[in-house]
Amino acid sequence: MPLQVKRLLLVFAIFIGIMLVLKYVLTPDSWREYGPYRGNAIGEIASQQAKFVQKESCADCHDSIAEIKSLGEHINLQCEICHGPGYQHVDDENFKMEITKNNALCLRCHTMNAASPKNIIKQIDAIEHNEGEECITCHNPHQPWL
Amino acid sequence: MDKIQSLYEALTKVDGFIYPNELALNWDMLIVMYPYITGLVAGAFILASLNRVFDIKALRPTYELSLLTALSFMLVATMPLITHLGQPLRFYEMLITPHLTSAMAIFGFVYLWYLMVVLLLEIWFDYRYDMVIWSREKKGFMKFFYKALTLWVSDTSPESRKTDEKIGYFITVVGIPSAFLLHGYVGFIFGSIKANPWWSTVMMPVIFLFSAMVSGIALVMFIYMVVTYLRKQKIDMNALDTIAKYLFYILIIDFTLESLDQIHRIYEADESFDILKILVRGKLFFTFFIMQIGVGVVIPLATLGFLQFKKPRVRIRKLIYWIISICVLVGIFYMRWNVVIGGQLFSKSFYGFTSYKVNLIGGSDVTLSLLWFIVPFFILAFLLWLLPPWKKAPPIEIPED
Ligand code: HEC
Ligand code: HEC
Ligand code: HEC
Ligand code: HEC
Repeated sequence: MPLQVKRLLLVFAIFIGIMLVLKYVLTPDSWREYGPYRGNAIGEIASQQAKFVQKESCADCHDSIAEIKSLGEHINLQCEICHGPGYQHVDDENFKMEITKNNALCLRCHTMNAASPKNIIKQIDAIEHNEGEECITCHNPHQPWL
Repeated sequence: MDKIQSLYEALTKVDGFIYPNELALNWDMLIVMYPYITGLVAGAFILASLNRVFDIKALRPTYELSLLTALSFMLVATMPLITHLGQPLRFYEMLITPHLTSAMAIFGFVYLWYLMVVLLLEIWFDYRYDMVIWSREKKGFMKFFYKALTLWVSDTSPESRKTDEKIGYFITVVGIPSAFLLHGYVGFIFGSIKANPWWSTVMMPVIFLFSAMVSGIALVMFIYMVVTYLRKQKIDMNALDTIAKYLFYILIIDFTLESLDQIHRIYEADESFDILKILVRGKLFFTFFIMQIGVGVVIPLATLGFLQFKKPRVRIRKLIYWIISICVLVGIFYMRWNVVIGGQLFSKSFYGFTSYKVNLIGGSDVTLSLLWFIVPFFILAFLLWLLPPWKKAPPIEIPED
């Protein structure tokens, strides 16, 4: 075998060797446990702290708001839909929650949209329905019909 | 991908009815660059093999140049993908967890085979003798560098050169199907998506392949002219005419295949045809009819066809070739654009369109695409400095027996 071919084969052998070592060292532990992805990823995602804590935990302290809310049409909405994730606020009340007062908040759900059924969610034409005023001057966000 | 602030803003991008996940294009301009650059590699390589395997002597002056061009574009071919994914630091995970279960994952194998086994080896065998000679002439670091490149083999005997020649020839022979594989593969990625009528056709790999050849040949033609100009050398008109001739032939095949595909579509006129018709006449009018067909095909075909019969003076011919090579390069870019972007503009409900705006300033996709198109030219400049084809020893004659 000619010398240059021998050298080349040697280089290829070294290259493949290095790749194999790297593959051995760097391949994540649980790769291919269930398929071509990291099996551990499922556990890692599951163990992340939940950022949303559900409306029941808000009711512990904000019982009056929870109560008026439970009387209105927004009964089924999570508080955190409008106020943002609450995991920090629940532990530390000084951590401010978001309070959004602009109309875009309400219009996210109530704007005219051909794709969502009108009998399930009421929709208004944002341009015609009391243009130029804030929704919350007439509707209480916690109990829209006051 | 662009961020959409509100439903109202989103609706301004939409015509008719579309599904929510079709609003923003997931594959932006970087994915246009990917088949474009890979195509340039495959095309440049095939031009080199025309000289070596099919023994077209006139193409000899561009042999090394085409190989080095192919290599410099090959080195960045994956970059558009990696930057588009947005996790460049995880790229190595792809290499250490190979698997055969997805068409996309096969690219790792195709790429590695083509780069390591075909391009690098062919260039190495081609330059081995010269690198030994250069390592003797140079001093200091460069001496060491060339020595390292030769893998410390300093054999310059005629036998060793003959071995180089034979192995190099063998690799080129293997390289042709590999180049076909490389770009056929890229076409397959699009052609195999059955949910998208604009992409889903068995012709796609073949069309991609021929358009790759067209663009690669045009690129080498362009680079050859620029490099000889910068070196203040006389250009080999015979080589240039031959390249132009092959460009002409392959452009004809490419255009025929593409027309065949379109005619087939038009005649079949299945349920997707109406929307594709509106797409091509509307949103793709400029990029399809004007850029891809007009600039990329009609002008070059007419000019090159004319040149086959009547040859004007050298100076004018040079200018024509130079302009034609740019036209073809632009045309093929828009061909990739029409495939990648066009395929995402219409709704798979066939009832509506979304739109795609390139933000020229501040758009990361455009900036990065430009970057990945410019970097190969710098790599090429470096390679030409390191391995100048014009300083090579004349090839050794192998007696026929
Ligand atoms: C441990 C008791 C407690 C829990 C649980 C709690 N809060 Fe509070 N929250 C408070 C107190 C006390 C204040 C008043 C603090 C202040 O005004 O600085 C407050 C204030 C607020 C404010 C007004 C902030 C402002 O800037 O005026 C909002 C909105 C709010 N909470 C929402 C929530 C939501 C939503 C939840 C459920 C995820 C929740 N809270 C759970 C105790 C609680
Ligand atoms: C539909 C959106 C929405 C939901 C759901 C909602 N809020 Fe509010 N919340 C608002 C808005 C808007 C304001 C500001 C009202 C204002 O300033 O007049 C507000 C104000 C508040 C405030 C501070 C002002 C006040 O009235 O004391 C607290 C505390 C609060 N919300 C708690 C809650 C809790 C607890 C829940 C769940 C039981 C909840 N919110 C659910 C929109 C909402
Ligand atoms: C997360 C989506 C959501 C947001 C945000 C939201 N709503 Fe609602 N709203 C609902 C749902 C769900 C109902 C109950 C179904 C219904 O009757 O429309 C409702 C009911 C209502 C109703 C009673 C409609 C009726 O006649 O039954 C009014 C009024 C209303 N919302 C106003 C508001 C205002 C004002 C805001 C902004 C502060 C707001 N909503 C924000 C989802 C939302
Ligand atoms: C000037 C006071 C006022 C303002 C401001 C106002 N609304 Fe109303 N809204 C009403 C009244 C009164 C009704 C009931 C009569 C009607 O249907 O027009 C109503 C009805 C609704 C309904 C129920 C529609 C139905 O079909 O039953 C929704 C939903 C609603 N409003 C949402 C909003 C939202 C969102 C905004 C902010 C963009 C807003 N409103 C601003 C007074 C107001």
